[in-house]
Amino acid sequence: MNKDLFQNRYNVVRIIIVVFAAIFLLRLAYLQLFEKKYDKIAFDNAIKEVEVYPTRGLVYDRKGELIVYNEAIYDIMVTPRLAKTADSAKICSLLKVTMEEYSGRMAKARQYSTHKPSVFMKQVSLEDYQRFQEAQYLFPGFDGQVRTIRKYPHNCAAVILGDVGEVDDNLIKSSNGYYKPGDYVGQSGLEKYYEKELGGTQGKKFIYVDVHNREQGSFAEGKYDTAARAGDNLYSTIDIKLQEYGEQLMQNKKGSIIAIEPETGEILCMVSSPGYDPNLLCGAIRGENFKKLVFDSLKPLYNRATLATYSPGSTFKPMVGLIALNEEVQGEVYTVPCNGFYPFAGLSLKCSHHHPWATNIEYALAQSCNPYFWQTFRNAIENPKYDHIQDSYGKWSDYCRSFGFGSKLGVDLPSESRGNIPSVNYFNKVYGEKGWHSSTIISLGIGQGEILVTPIQLANFYAAVGNHGWYVRPHLVKTLQQVHEKKDVKPEMKKSYATIDTRWYVPVNDGLRQVVEAGTATESKIEGISLCGKTGTVQNSHGDHHSVFAGFAPKDHPKIAIAVIVENAGFGATFACPIASLMVERYINDTVADNRIAKQQKMIETNLLEKYAQGKNMPITNGHH
Amino acid sequence: MRNNEKFTGNIDWLSVLIYLALVLIGWAAIYSAVYTEGLSPFNTVGRDTTVNTGKQFQWIVASLIIGAIILIIDGKFFVTFSYAIYGIFIPLLIGVMFFGAISHGQRNWIRIGSFQMQPSELAKFTTSLALAKYLSTLNIDIRKWKDKWKAFAIIGLPMIIVMVQGDAGSAIVFVVFALVLFREGLESYFLIIGGSVIFLSVIALVTPKLWYLWVVFLAVAGILSYLNFKNRQLVYIITGIALVASVYVTGVNFIFGHLKSHQKDRINVLLGREVEKGKDWNIRQSIIAIGSGGAIGKGYLQGTQTKLKFVPEQSTDFIFSSIGEEFGFAGSFLIIGLFVGLLMRLMYLAERQRSKYSRVYGYCVVSILFFHFLINIGMAIGVAPVIGIPLPFISYGGSSLLAFTLLLFVFLRLDSQRLEVLR
Ligand SMILES: [Zn+2]
Repeated sequence: MNKDLFQNRYNVVRIIIVVFAAIFLLRLAYLQLFEKKYDKIAFDNAIKEVEVYPTRGLVYDRKGELIVYNEAIYDIMVTPRLAKTADSAKICSLLKVTMEEYSGRMAKARQYSTHKPSVFMKQVSLEDYQRFQEAQYLFPGFDGQVRTIRKYPHNCAAVILGDVGEVDDNLIKSSNGYYKPGDYVGQSGLEKYYEKELGGTQGKKFIYVDVHNREQGSFAEGKYDTAARAGDNLYSTIDIKLQEYGEQLMQNKKGSIIAIEPETGEILCMVSSPGYDPNLLCGAIRGENFKKLVFDSLKPLYNRATLATYSPGSTFKPMVGLIALNEEVQGEVYTVPCNGFYPFAGLSLKCSHHHPWATNIEYALAQSCNPYFWQTFRNAIENPKYDHIQDSYGKWSDYCRSFGFGSKLGVDLPSESRGNIPSVNYFNKVYGEKGWHSSTIISLGIGQGEILVTPIQLANFYAAVGNHGWYVRPHLVKTLQQVHEKKDVKPEMKKSYATIDTRWYVPVNDGLRQVVEAGTATESKIEGISLCGKTGTVQNSHGDHHSVFAGFAPKDHPKIAIAVIVENAGFGATFACPIASLMVERYINDTVADNRIAKQQKMIETNLLEKYAQGKNMPITNGHH
Repeated sequence: MRNNEKFTGNIDWLSVLIYLALVLIGWAAIYSAVYTEGLSPFNTVGRDTTVNTGKQFQWIVASLIIGAIILIIDGKFFVTFSYAIYGIFIPLLIGVMFFGAISHGQRNWIRIGSFQMQPSELAKFTTSLALAKYLSTLNIDIRKWKDKWKAFAIIGLPMIIVMVQGDAGSAIVFVVFALVLFREGLESYFLIIGGSVIFLSVIALVTPKLWYLWVVFLAVAGILSYLNFKNRQLVYIITGIALVASVYVTGVNFIFGHLKSHQKDRINVLLGREVEKGKDWNIRQSIIAIGSGGAIGKGYLQGTQTKLKFVPEQSTDFIFSSIGEEFGFAGSFLIIGLFVGLLMRLMYLAERQRSKYSRVYGYCVVSILFFHFLINIGMAIGVAPVIGIPLPFISYGGSSLLAFTLLLFVFLRLDSQRLEVLR
């Protein structure tokens, strides 16, 4: 009986073993044969998708000079949990930090994460970085990371080039996962406008990472990886030497210079003063400097050349003349008696100075005779061809718009102002349909009143006048060099035609030539260059008049059209005109004649900042209210 | 010589073959677990505490030599000196607590040159010898309490010492000697009570409300009493059991409520409950590794979970997950098959012994191997508690390989001499 019992127990033990083995096999069958989720979990554990960042495109000026490039910077990263055995004394001496700083930085990194890398030290020098790399085996948990920041070797053209900064939450959300926090994108200027081209396209690679998130080689030999597409290089229309010169002339003054090549619409320079060194907004120092610039009362971040709007003043007179000639309400030869006073609708309007009667438009432009253009404007508005002022003024404003006034020109920058050409509806609203006459809006005749223009619209107008009636949309980039596809792409540029017959430019341009040769701007004559243009002394409600000059040169087949505005500087002939003539000379002759060096020095040395400081609360946008 | 012919002829080569298969699979699995490109499987360079396959190879060679020596030594040696070996070992076990070397945070190692060894691994072997000797003594009856206590003492003494050393995992292994006692006639109710205690503990922990259990126990007792209302004695017993069970589950529940949080977490992980993120990391990663292996695995040296160190202790406690990941269900099935095959074979050998000593010792070997198999693989697949004990013959580590080799080969030697009378 005993034997039987033992035999029974042998079987019990065998059954116990078999039952447990069966449980194990069922469990394993469930895990390995039926439950499929573990495959994906293991994959997600071990394989990480990493963005491959493209190199950002470079920017060259019109002569091929490099004006924006990337500079490598070196960050030291630390993963605190792995750094426990690092030789801290050695790393301190290597990176020139004290032990206290070391613990401080470590504490900060630990606060972020103990097992994920974060920045231990930003932007160490290349020499320090190389020494770190040689000794890196002594510092487990420490690693180097190379990043690039933008560099602007010429320290100028900040508002054109713009800046690059960390992407904001809105863009991250709208990018469908393309951008991640910490990515860099253009924030202003060309960097922003051409973000898509300069930024290139991120690639992806799949890598193995271990439990500490360290890279352990590529997955499937890179079969699923996509390469990054490098950003395009931009060939800008800017002449960086001219730009530097312009910024020099405008230093310590508020205002702008904009120069355009009339034949192509290429912007040769765009100065907004005061400016700032674009390198201030690069890398680690960006945040602090950005704050300073935002709160600077002189608004250095504001691009006056495309955003500020001014009354054009006398620089608008060629427009008024061209319309009257085209409408044939008066001929090239036409006399307005001017004894200093202009009797008009019971008012006595005063000419700015005494001069012989103007008997033709050339002389009227040369003398900038206000009564002449009041009369000219009145002739166009009271044109018997039209029954109502709404029709005649409507036609008049259409002429203005055909030169690009009153709407955005479409410059390749993130933002631009429209300026203002008041509409018929506007006057109907203000005065009632029957309540306005040529006398009501007479100040338009001399470029005052509701008309507002941006400096770039003004320069564009003079380019069109120089071209005898057409212009090309002003732009800053002429070629996109697609590094990846190895081809150059030129944005298509079309001519826009103004609605003035070409023959009327002959007398007007003769007049603009006379301005410099024998009129209000004789001081700014340039030996050997037939500069044409018009001075302006623009009334505004905020202090002294703005000094304005706009023109082009040479008279036939102009190479440069230019507009200069120096805020609150007085007569056009005193500042804007000499600055414009120096710019033109410098551009065409590549140098400034000896006898004009003194003038150049005077312009450079003039400092109006104190004057601005006295007239408080002067807004940058000027005009009539 | 007649003895020499018998020497090879009577060895159970099937067991030896399974042993060799497991050892070699283990070596390959360890190599995979620590593999980096260009690493030689025979590399021994590295610090003492790091896993390296070259060292494991040396341990394998050493184990084979020791196995061969055991097969040459007369089995009577072990029978004769069972108590002596057990007796010498107890002070040694105590001694290392004070004079031993420290490794893995525990002072219970003996270090000789670059090799170190954990005597507690050998304690299972010496206890097996002593238990076999005792139970094979004439007139010993395990069903008598005076003999029972002595058997318990033989098992309990080294168990308590190992427990005091702080190696709770190794100490728990001694519980499995109950299976040997059961085979030798220990009353069935020990097994029934043991099983009931485990069952009640589990339901006490998983029940949403404690009084549910009270109600169920009393209801069952009530029904059974009603059916047997004529047998008054049985009604008392049934009612008594129901009351004891209720008190027991209440006690378990109370103790669990007063455990330290990390102990609670371990139990919660085991019960499949959600615990704070990261607490069940090891088990989860092991299950992911095994589950992602699929039917035939990712291929040798291709396991990402183990290779990229997501599974911790992958060459020791979690070596099974490496095999499961790289060889899938097929590999898992093979390992389980080899173990069950070995256990069945050893039991068959044990049952054919004329000598009670050999049979008891054989069951000791079976029980110890079974318990390690049960806990180690069960832990890796998430059905057993987290107790860090090695998978015999496969896990990395010299102490355990030598100890298991010693344990197994002494039995094979005894078996080869089964026709002689051993006492
Ligand atoms: Zn006049």
